[in-house]
Amino acid sequence: MRTSKTTRATKAFEKALATRPTGRCVLRLYVAGATDRSRQALLRVRKLCETELNGEYELEVIDVYQQPILARNGQIIATPTLVREYPRPMRRFIGNLSRTAGLIVGLDLETKGKGAV
Amino acid sequence: MKNNGPQSATPTARLPKCPTGIRGLDEITSGGLPRGRPTLVCGGAGCGKTLFAVEFLVRGAVQFGEPGVFMSFEETDAELKSNVASLGFDLAGLVRRNKIVLDHVHIERSEIQETGEYDLEGLFVRLNHAIDSIGARRVVLDTLEALFAGLPNEAILRAELRRLFRWLKDKGVTAVITAERGREQLTRHGLEEYVSDCVIVLDHRVNDQIATRHLRVVKYRGALHGTNEFPFLIGEEGLSVLPITSLGLNHKVSNARISTGIPRLDAMLGGRGFFRGSSILLTGTPGTGKTSVAAYFAQAAARRGDRVLFFSFEESPNQIIRNMRSIGLRLEPLVQRGCLRFHAARPTLCGLEMHLATMFREIAAFQPAVVIVDPITSLLAAGADFETKGMVTRLIDFLKGGQVTSLFTSLTQSGHALQQSEIAMSSLMDSWLLLQDFDGNGERNRVLYVLKARGMAHSNQVREFLISNRGIDLVDAYIGPSGVLTGASRVAQAAREKAETLTSQQEAARRKRELERKRATLEQQIAGMRSEYKTEEAELRRTDEQVGTRTRVLTAERTELARLRQADAIRAASRTPGKPKPKSKR
Repeated sequence: MRTSKTTRATKAFEKALATRPTGRCVLRLYVAGATDRSRQALLRVRKLCETELNGEYELEVIDVYQQPILARNGQIIATPTLVREYPRPMRRFIGNLSRTAGLIVGLDLETKGKGAV
Repeated sequence: MKNNGPQSATPTARLPKCPTGIRGLDEITSGGLPRGRPTLVCGGAGCGKTLFAVEFLVRGAVQFGEPGVFMSFEETDAELKSNVASLGFDLAGLVRRNKIVLDHVHIERSEIQETGEYDLEGLFVRLNHAIDSIGARRVVLDTLEALFAGLPNEAILRAELRRLFRWLKDKGVTAVITAERGREQLTRHGLEEYVSDCVIVLDHRVNDQIATRHLRVVKYRGALHGTNEFPFLIGEEGLSVLPITSLGLNHKVSNARISTGIPRLDAMLGGRGFFRGSSILLTGTPGTGKTSVAAYFAQAAARRGDRVLFFSFEESPNQIIRNMRSIGLRLEPLVQRGCLRFHAARPTLCGLEMHLATMFREIAAFQPAVVIVDPITSLLAAGADFETKGMVTRLIDFLKGGQVTSLFTSLTQSGHALQQSEIAMSSLMDSWLLLQDFDGNGERNRVLYVLKARGMAHSNQVREFLISNRGIDLVDAYIGPSGVLTGASRVAQAAREKAETLTSQQEAARRKRELERKRATLEQQIAGMRSEYKTEEAELRRTDEQVGTRTRVLTAERTELARLRQADAIRAASRTPGKPKPKSKR
């Protein structure tokens, strides 16, 4: 009994690993005002999403100066911060996204992105 | 020129302070933390950093009307609320009433990836928003160093922290930043480099199995502050730093005197007992009656209507009441009337300052006029020597400040009547009574001396101290050529003296009796002689009479004879009345 259950669970897990999570990628970019750093971060994340995610994404840009309560709710300390809300687990990328390699790894884009980068 | 003097003096003298409301700390820092500046509070794990910070905010909000922001990097809001609720801080209520804002900053290292340049503007925005939302005047960042664990780029972090402290100053909020104690520097990540105005170090040490917390103001720019390590403790009402009172010597003094409850002892102390508000040390070897004297004093004070607080560290209240009943003291009614309160605790129950704080709390709650600590030596065992002296100093200062008369009993070992610690302690005391045992003639006897009594003429003589079922009595000890005699030897000496007196009295009586007898004999002799004389006198008279009679008879006979012979001469003579006629008739 136990062995058959275990094997079934293992199979399901392997299947889940093999398939990429479906659905759109939800991203939030928290910036602090219209600084150079904010602009760089925004441009880079847009470009990346277009090339790597083929438009399968939602990107929300939040200016913490205008909505400080969202900074609190989103547990933002550093700006700019890009938060991947979905798929889970949540990931935070702090900085102006000048090092895209880390971002691509972090966003699980490496399988698709190998050719592109 | 004229105006320059005072103007230049004013800013240095009056650095604005922000009272913390933490008992004792405001006294040490003479007013509180520097207003509008950040203060660094550092210490190891479990030192009470967070509590310090919370109390700073809560007291600020409740007592001083200054709302505050608590930015926690470690504990969540809910954790924090429940943690401090046990200390009586209603954090949740204050948050509801917009007096305090809690903001938990959650940093999960595993979620974060660095991808380029950044700053901590997010943190600034949150803090700014929190401060502005309630008009906060106080800010706590607990523990900021969590950022170092969460964010990989230390260079950015340091630059941002420097900016943060600058920003806090510009914002004009009084901030408390807590940090972990480092190995070689005050904080693990060198935060003291940024916070240069005030640094407080908390410490938790274990000495002889007793843990003691200490607080030290390492640095306080632009203000005088106590630099010592002060013990502090976390009690039921939050932090309290000792001393509670200042260590200045400017107590008000009273000229009123209060009785010791033992008339003869009052007599030894200039006739009127102790000064009100003075401190009295009562030392003695075991079993010399220290507690009894203390209980007498307590009863006398309570009967006068003074409130008496009796700290007992050896006996339970019931035991004291029972034991004192055996010497004729009835303490129970006084306890019931609320004039006398006992507080009993084992000395080893907790550390010295915990005892001290408990005593302070009890004293503040009961407002006694007389405090008795029996014995103080039990407490002394709970701490190191220098600590205990400090503690006793604080206690005495506190009591004197409140014009509370205090009596401390102190146990000494036999043979060492004046122990080292007592000499240290005795200088703090106004009066010092010594109870001692005298060993001799197969018995032990108690004697009492007044070693010192500041400000009053006191007896320098030893008194024998008797405890009977009627109570305490002091009697003059016999002082003679053979030394001081007490107890049975005193009684024997008295008996001997009595016997001698009796003997001499008897001797005197005997002499008196003898004299009396002599006098009686003499009188008898006189009486005999007198009677002899009288006899002789009577004889003489009789002889005289006989002679007279005979003469008369002879005369008559001669006359008769003459008449018969009819002599003329005799006739003329016989014409005398009476006689011749009847004779003529015849």
